Amino acid sequence: MAFFLETLLGGLMSGMLYSLVALGFVLIFKASGVFNFAQGAMVLFAALAMARFSEWIPGWLGIESLFVANVLAFSVAVVIMFIVAWLIERLALRHLVNQEGATLLMATLGIAYVLDGIGQTIFGSDIYKIDVGMPKEPVMMLESVFEGGILINKEDFIAALIAALLVISLSIFFQKTATGRALRAVADDHQAAQSIGIPLGRIWVIVWCVAGITALVAGIIWGSKLGAQFSLQTVALRALPVVILGGLTSVPGAIIGGLIIGVGEKLSEVYLGPFVGGGIEIWFAYMLALVFLLFRPQGLFGEKIIDRV
Amino acid sequence: MFYRENGQFKTTYKADQQAFVIPQDRWAIVAIVVFAFVGVPLLVDEYMFRAILVPFLILSLAALGVNILVGYCGQITLGAGASMAVGAYAAYNFLVRVDGMPALAAILLGGLVAAAAGIVFGAPSLRVRGLYLAVATLAAQFFWDWAFLRIKWFTNNSSSGNVSVSDINLLGWTVNTPTDKYLFCLGILVAFTMMAKNLLRGNMGRQWMAIRDMDVAAAVIGIRPMYAKLTAFAVSSFYLGVAGALWGFVNLGSWEPAAFSIDRSLQLLFMVIIGGLGAISGGFFGAAFIVILPIFLNQMLPLVGGLLGLDVSIALAAHVEIIIFGSLIVFFLIVEPHGIARLWATGREKLRLWPFPH
Repeated sequence: MAFFLETLLGGLMSGMLYSLVALGFVLIFKASGVFNFAQGAMVLFAALAMARFSEWIPGWLGIESLFVANVLAFSVAVVIMFIVAWLIERLALRHLVNQEGATLLMATLGIAYVLDGIGQTIFGSDIYKIDVGMPKEPVMMLESVFEGGILINKEDFIAALIAALLVISLSIFFQKTATGRALRAVADDHQAAQSIGIPLGRIWVIVWCVAGITALVAGIIWGSKLGAQFSLQTVALRALPVVILGGLTSVPGAIIGGLIIGVGEKLSEVYLGPFVGGGIEIWFAYMLALVFLLFRPQGLFGEKIIDRV
Repeated sequence: MFYRENGQFKTTYKADQQAFVIPQDRWAIVAIVVFAFVGVPLLVDEYMFRAILVPFLILSLAALGVNILVGYCGQITLGAGASMAVGAYAAYNFLVRVDGMPALAAILLGGLVAAAAGIVFGAPSLRVRGLYLAVATLAAQFFWDWAFLRIKWFTNNSSSGNVSVSDINLLGWTVNTPTDKYLFCLGILVAFTMMAKNLLRGNMGRQWMAIRDMDVAAAVIGIRPMYAKLTAFAVSSFYLGVAGALWGFVNLGSWEPAAFSIDRSLQLLFMVIIGGLGAISGGFFGAAFIVILPIFLNQMLPLVGGLLGLDVSIALAAHVEIIIFGSLIVFFLIVEPHGIARLWATGREKLRLWPFPH
């Protein structure tokens, strides 16, 4: 029982991290109808920027404190992600308005290649450490309830907390601020939003900036777990089933989808994996999402698809 | 002047329903095929065959398969590489496990197995649409990646899924030199392209296009969506399976599952979108673009670097290569979202009126 709970909690926490990446997909798709395959590349790019600047800045400015260096690196990385977002909108997306979904998908793939290339040219292509002072040692919990207690990875726990915080602040931003309302209006109907004077171009830049920040947070968390390296990109592929399970247009869907996929992956790997040779996490997540989709083709919280001739 | 169809009257239904109605088109196609069979082997050297022409032919076949599904039936797939993998490994198993199995038969049987797998993984398309389906097809990709790596039976108990095939023997003709390989692939490609051309202008192709344009409306006028979608998945996977088997047997010789990873799927989707969705020639243009561009960049970058007096390291060259590759893709999509085939069609329209455009 303790072991089951441990797996479950591990799944929930890694699910939170998947949601973080999935959020980036959902934000952009909601606002501009672009299925952003470059999200993985953005996560990698942001993680590399963070890792390298936190390494370079102490040397440049002579700062000793790790905390100050990290804060500075974080702000530089944020600025860089803003510039990336602005460039993407300016150079690519603005010219592709009203194209079909598949074309836009391919364009973001092209952007992903460019980001990969630039990121590795500027920041190098080794594995870099991101050290934001996350505690590594696991802790025991609920020792009084179960024999031996439950082993929890503190790092995962804090990461899940940060993810939850980000989600809450994003929902406040979307629900309460004027910009957030404008974003939702654009998501509902481009033309209607434009007709009441919401500037589409600026909204898109803002959305990509927000997605860039979620990518940065995801990059820092994943990067401090795995190191900032090329394989961070595959995190995006792990997050895709989350997106379709929750619904392409739903922020709460991304969170709940992430939790379902996280738990499903961990449980399947532990209880089903040994019988078929292991390593089933990644396709199991897709199969799980597929099963949900067969019952709700628009995802759990997606807008209902209505077909008219 | 030369490409003008006024004065060409069709007097029979047969003449009106041929694959290429305009005689100039017909002769141009015949000339291209003859040149490909006779002229090319005389003109180019072995490196060309190995590095460019054989990959180009096989990837064109695969792109044709993807185009049938994505361009004609409107179902976006990100699992094309998986169909190729199924074809390749199934063909390998037929070849190894059945005594005296001819290689060509093994390749075609591999295609059939891929078609069956395609139907299974295409079944969700009956419920799930659009981008949801695109992501759902990744399930096939990751499942087969895993299966060929972990289930030893599929790979005849070889470690890490690495299998190899010796030279192909076809009715006494051993396909082992680059020229032989080229001719072998070309023969299959020509046959399959003819088949696709006829399939697409027939009943089945029209059903697919109706589904692509709007599936609810197609169902209303009496087209069975299930039949149309599943046949599209089957035919497309058959093409991809044959292409995968060729890729393994002829181009690589020995391969492992990574040869058909998600990168391959994305590459194939690139080909059809850059080449042109819903045009047979699109697959060829796209394959040429994707095969030649990296080689071209690879050769050119050190030269350009040398001219500018820069010392380009291998790592930097590789990065600049993908930057240019990515930006060219975005550039092409912006300039001509309907692909190179559309440019070609526009050019042909112009040619019809040339030299008197008014």
